[in-house]
Amino acid sequence: MIVEKSNIQSEALETVVIRFVGDSGDGMQLTGTQFTDTSAMFGNDIATFPNYPSEIRAPQGSLFGVSGFQVHIGSVEVSTPGDNLDLLVAMNPASLKTNLYALKPGHTIIVDTDAFNRKNLEKAQYKSNPLEDDTLNNYRVVKVDMTSLTREALKDIEGLDNKTITRSKNMFALGMVYWMYGRTTEYTIDFFKKKFRKEPLLIDVNTKVLKAGYNFAETLEFIPNAYSVSPAKMASGTYRVIMGNTATAWGFLAAAEKSGLELFLGSYPITPATDILHELVKHKHFGVKAFQAEDEIAGISSAIGAAFAGDLAITTTSGPGLALKGEALGLAIMMELPLVVVNVQRGGPSTGLPTKTEQSDLFQALYGRNGESPAIVIAASTPSNCFDFAFQAAKLALEHMTPVILLTDGYIANGSAPWRIQSVEELPEIKNNKVKEGADNWSPYIRNEKTLARNWAIPGTIGLEHRIGGLEKDSITGNVSQAPENHEIMTKIRAEKVKRVQDDIPEIKTEFATSGDLLVVGWGGTYGSLHSAVKQMNLVGYKNIGLAHFNYINPLPKNTGDLLTKFKKIVVCELNNGQFVNMLRMNFTGIEFLQYNKIQGLPFGNSELMEVFKKLIK
Amino acid sequence: MIMETAVENKYTYKDFESDQEVRWCPGCDDYVILRSMQKALPEMGVKKEDVVFVSGIGCSSRFPYYIDTYGMHTIHGRAPAIASGVKLANPSLSVWVATGDGDAMAIGGNHFIHVLRRNIDLNIILFNNEIYGLTKGQFSPTSMVGQKTKSSPYGNTQPPFNPGELALGAGARFYGRISGNSPKDISQMLIDAHHFKGTSLIEVLQNCVIFNDGCYSNVTNKDVKEDKLIFLEHGKPMIFGKNRDKGLVLSNLKLEVVTIGENGITEDNILIHDAKEKDPTMHQMLVRLEYPLATGIIRSYNDLTLEEREAEVTKQVKANSKFKKIDDLFFSGETYKVE
Ligand SMILES: Cc1ncc(C[n+]2csc(CCOP(=O)(O)OP(=O)(O)O)c2C)c(N)n1
Ligand code: SF4
Ligand SMILES: [Mg+2]
Repeated sequence: MIVEKSNIQSEALETVVIRFVGDSGDGMQLTGTQFTDTSAMFGNDIATFPNYPSEIRAPQGSLFGVSGFQVHIGSVEVSTPGDNLDLLVAMNPASLKTNLYALKPGHTIIVDTDAFNRKNLEKAQYKSNPLEDDTLNNYRVVKVDMTSLTREALKDIEGLDNKTITRSKNMFALGMVYWMYGRTTEYTIDFFKKKFRKEPLLIDVNTKVLKAGYNFAETLEFIPNAYSVSPAKMASGTYRVIMGNTATAWGFLAAAEKSGLELFLGSYPITPATDILHELVKHKHFGVKAFQAEDEIAGISSAIGAAFAGDLAITTTSGPGLALKGEALGLAIMMELPLVVVNVQRGGPSTGLPTKTEQSDLFQALYGRNGESPAIVIAASTPSNCFDFAFQAAKLALEHMTPVILLTDGYIANGSAPWRIQSVEELPEIKNNKVKEGADNWSPYIRNEKTLARNWAIPGTIGLEHRIGGLEKDSITGNVSQAPENHEIMTKIRAEKVKRVQDDIPEIKTEFATSGDLLVVGWGGTYGSLHSAVKQMNLVGYKNIGLAHFNYINPLPKNTGDLLTKFKKIVVCELNNGQFVNMLRMNFTGIEFLQYNKIQGLPFGNSELMEVFKKLIK
Repeated sequence: MIMETAVENKYTYKDFESDQEVRWCPGCDDYVILRSMQKALPEMGVKKEDVVFVSGIGCSSRFPYYIDTYGMHTIHGRAPAIASGVKLANPSLSVWVATGDGDAMAIGGNHFIHVLRRNIDLNIILFNNEIYGLTKGQFSPTSMVGQKTKSSPYGNTQPPFNPGELALGAGARFYGRISGNSPKDISQMLIDAHHFKGTSLIEVLQNCVIFNDGCYSNVTNKDVKEDKLIFLEHGKPMIFGKNRDKGLVLSNLKLEVVTIGENGITEDNILIHDAKEKDPTMHQMLVRLEYPLATGIIRSYNDLTLEEREAEVTKQVKANSKFKKIDDLFFSGETYKVE
């Protein structure tokens, strides 16, 4: 099959990938989010990814102090922050050095030439100035004396210190990029008005610099307005730009309101999960009880206590924290209490790569506890569907009376995307298993026949006083029992209860093809990368590739086995050393599964995946 | 003791007996504590359905199974954290923690100090037998140096915690110590702990007849008790002894035992116990005292509870918030329409 070149090009024109990079103090996150929000308002589909150093205050100008924000905007659906850049805005030598690799040959770099002084070049370990030697020969370089121009723009405002002036140069860069992509500055100026309400001087400073950048770009003829990206076609509705972690937090808020329960969060700070805690502590007005505990064990333990007392209880963490929660999670499984554990995965083992993404906690989620202790495991796959799966996790926990582990990862948790706002009213109903009264021989182990969920009698309920705990209980009376057959019965009930969740989850559908040569299989946060690579393959003529992306891991959707037999080859792609693939091998012994893995703390790249798929199809 | 008047249904201790057979070794002080609890509960003015017992793991942690209220027998060391969740979820419940010396101060040490620091309104009964009972006799964080146990056959080399000292250091607002062979005093202390708003810690000197028999007999045996223990009561002079002629005075920044009637000492010279004092210095001195060993409520300082602080903040946030329901939040700020 021949790759039709023209197709790829027109595809590329519909979307643009921009990366703003600079020193940690250069305000690149703000610049990036402003561009994102403005583009979202304009109607583009977007996907973003921030990348900042793990050091809180890295030395100025250093290679490891570089902070970046990447945004992918499209007039068509965009599902990843993109891999190769169309535009790189580099505010200093160190950021140019560490990011140049990602820019497509022939594409544009905007640099602040003022920052390319001897000191900064040395810190970036440049032997000669890349703006003067042949380093950038393959690119279009737009050299702008941004610092000087910023100073010039502010010359009428008296008494400004140097720091304020240099700090606002990021707005000059933003202004330029706004002009290049046909955006207006209005949204950002409104933002200044709100943000600096109490410091009107800063409204003035930032607005002036932003406009100066915009006008500068307009006046200069060597910047063509070539990459206009028109609005994307998206389902109608009201949208907002949302980060994965915020979406997760909001999913729980919605679940609490929908179920009529109060929300309790027990948590201990850990990157990249902390923003869920940060978000939920804000919402005391909704009665959210967010408890920052002394450690992860106390985080989950307090949530277990709250679940026993009748709240919608959740605990949030990342890999190392999930390891600490293991024993208590086993207790919640044994006591059959509703509980949601969120694991925002990061690179491991141990402290690993705290700010980088990975999917290597799947086995931990599935098997990381003593004894036979099955948990429902589900995974969100985009920043905005973190909302849906947080909601769903709460619903499954409450309806099935057993813990649910929700896996997200650093990539989708920190990434943002447009979210079509769902009003609580539109969301599905959430039932629970609370009981108000019982017959004389009532026991907490009376079960719903269909789901096997046990009764949930909460303290305060007259006549239903009972004791539960970590010791095995008699399947009927609920009293402590060490009887041999009883333990086997109870073990099987707990497993069957999780299995029956299959009745309440949707079947999995393949995208792009329902049968054919190659089925690409993924789960969780890699959806964007896999989706866009398979889509691209289709666009260039490979019509026999399908994608099956899993959000429900334990139990798997009922039709999983059927679907897998429809393709000649199956490749399971994961950001780990091969976990889901082995789970599938274990469950579907007759089927051959190939695997493609990446363990670099980075998401999959589009061309990387396409190459793999092409090889497999040959 | 404050009596709550509004409760009509008067329980007896039998109402708090569960149908489970009690499985402790015959002669274990845990029986005494259980019965003291069952007798105290009807006096507290709480409804049965509003009481929750939470425990960790250990002989002592079997406690919730034997009381007919709500209960959770959980995992080793974590009961204070689990109980915190119960109480924060529903502050109207009366929440109790039953824990051992190992459960509370070894594996659960972290939760133990933090629950005391936060001052959540719950009650902790610490069964201190200076040994690991359930795992059959290893030394614990309260075992004495030199003590021979299964895991210290040549004598324990790890110096112990003094639970009261640790608790006060962690900011405990209520701490009482009581002998495991005095059921009436235990009951009364449980009732007082219940009425105290904030975390109350009751350390029971509990004899384990199997693995550490007699560890407290030199101070708690009937014949020596009155001479070796001082029972402190708020507002009363620190007097002890069979003849009530011994007392405590402060001398050179240390507590000293004096005899009333000797060297011109009268009752007026004896210190008055002030359990409600905010400054814990005197309480620390009392918990460290070896002779006489201080029992009774040593500290009972009234402070805001975590729930009260939370409720206050929540009230303010609610009053200032423009969000009434979740949709208000979702549709707030920067949104845009796609047709
Ligand atoms: C995670 C874990 N580690 C170890 C144990 C074993 N274990 C159970 S109880 C106990 C010590 C109990 O001593 P203490 O808390 O003093 O209670 P006692 O039995 O003396 O009342 C130990 C080590 C356990 N159950 N769980
Ligand atoms: S081992 Fe000791 S503490 Fe445990 S029940 Fe027996 S006597 Fe009581
Ligand atoms: Mg003990």
